[in-house]
Amino acid sequence: MAKFDIRHTAKLANLGLSSEEEEKISRELEEILSYVNKLNEVDPDLIGVEPTSHITGLENVTRPDETSPSLTQTEVLQNSKNTHNGMFKVPAILEDL
Amino acid sequence: MDLIKLTISEAKKGLKKKEFSARELTENYLERIKKLNPQLNAFITVCEKEALESADHADKLILQGETWEAQPLLGIPFSMKDVYSTKNIRTTAGSKILENYLPPYNASVYQKLIDSGAILLGKTNCDAWGHGSSTENSDFGPTKNPWNLDYVPGGSSGGSAAVLAADMTIFEIGEDTGGSIRLPSAFCATVGLKVTYGRVSRYGAISYASSLDSMGPMGKNVSDVAEILSVIAGSDSHDATSSPRPVEDYSSSLNQDIKGLKIGIPSEFFSKGLNSEIKDAINKALQIFKEKGAEIVDISLPHTEDGIATYYLIASSETSSNLARYDGIRFGNDREYFGQEAKKRIMLGTYALSSGYYDQYYLKAQKVRSLIKNDFEKAFNKCEVILAPVSPIPPFKLGEKIADPLQMYLVDVYTVLINLAGIPSLALPCGFSKAGLPIGMQIIGPQFSEKSLLNVGYQYEQATDWQKMKPEL
Repeated sequence: MAKFDIRHTAKLANLGLSSEEEEKISRELEEILSYVNKLNEVDPDLIGVEPTSHITGLENVTRPDETSPSLTQTEVLQNSKNTHNGMFKVPAILEDL
Repeated sequence: MDLIKLTISEAKKGLKKKEFSARELTENYLERIKKLNPQLNAFITVCEKEALESADHADKLILQGETWEAQPLLGIPFSMKDVYSTKNIRTTAGSKILENYLPPYNASVYQKLIDSGAILLGKTNCDAWGHGSSTENSDFGPTKNPWNLDYVPGGSSGGSAAVLAADMTIFEIGEDTGGSIRLPSAFCATVGLKVTYGRVSRYGAISYASSLDSMGPMGKNVSDVAEILSVIAGSDSHDATSSPRPVEDYSSSLNQDIKGLKIGIPSEFFSKGLNSEIKDAINKALQIFKEKGAEIVDISLPHTEDGIATYYLIASSETSSNLARYDGIRFGNDREYFGQEAKKRIMLGTYALSSGYYDQYYLKAQKVRSLIKNDFEKAFNKCEVILAPVSPIPPFKLGEKIADPLQMYLVDVYTVLINLAGIPSLALPCGFSKAGLPIGMQIIGPQFSEKSLLNVGYQYEQATDWQKMKPEL
């Protein structure tokens, strides 16, 4: 197995890891990944098997297209540390040109 | 009368006869919590003020002639794993990310319980986000096992089982993604039901792995658990994955004869790795079922060994997606506040879902999940319920497994399969080890067989005294 690319995965996961954490998590995940690779032994049984995502088999669950009461703006914002004019304040994604 | 030892039906009887008020009952539990929580660390939040207000309200309703037919849990104190959103009562999921979070709405399960008159005492400790088997991954410190404070209570709903065993509550609501209700029930000698996926709404419960998460009742005996399930089960327009099947009356059908009941014993669960004291305890339980006329059938679940790998791939993938919302913008602290285990599972899941690895890990695990589901379907052609150990080992010491994640994961070898198959399983006490620590078993059935599992569990409980045993505290 190729060495687990901890920095790339941490970037995808939006996690800032210390170098100590990088070392520890790499070690533990490599052990876990080599354990889960035992599933390769099941490969012959998997031919033609559909993946399961919903276990009781519900499909196309719909509801009437009607409005109903929802949270107030104050309630929605009550846990945010950073609001502005009744809205969430978020870090800039695009910089000024 | 010792108010803290009551079951739901005993407490209701006392309230009806006016032997005590809901306020007296609630005060007794709050006092017990104050006395024991410093050593057990089982509650993260105790809501004394709200509980006493609810108790006074319940007393007023009782005085006005409100009935238990209309509000089946009127005046009954309870507690919940700290993953259920409770409006303006702190909800942390055991994580420092949410250490100051006040939900603006109620989880459906909590709403149903307060609508039926129950009184919330507080929110119980758990491994952060449900990630763990010992409650040692809680960012608020581990919970201790009331039977021996050097031992873990199991996890992730460790606080839930500990408060039941220590009589700090009357009933609990836990949450089970890979064994999180059943393992603590087994480790603390309490009763817990992992329901069929979708039998109870997940709305407002903080998600761990959405295709596996099951909400469920925990109690001091089987009939209490049946009564709670009747209140919390049912479809919910807020949770599209909840089942539209009608809810049954789980209490009225207890005490049905089990003569001729076919009980399956999966050979894979009793092979190498199962502790001999647990094996003996299960065999003794089987003897009791035989005496009651049940028939024992050998069955096979050939993909048992693939359960842990399949579970950790699916659960980590789904948790990496669910925890992506915690960015510190709308609520909660930023991602720096995730603990070690959460970071590890987010990393594993992100990797298993990432481009180039998706087919090899997540998709493959979902296919193996189909095989595991088929194994159970085949088994249930030969038997009506399956009897199995909950855990391969008895409770372990605090710190014993925390440094070896794979060993910790393997504790769940008999429980994760049930979540992968979406089926229900009732965990209940079936003995004690020589060291005086609890041993539990699980009774597993096909999807939506809760009624039958509760009856089988009740039959066993009537023939034994395990639920009457209490730790010395």
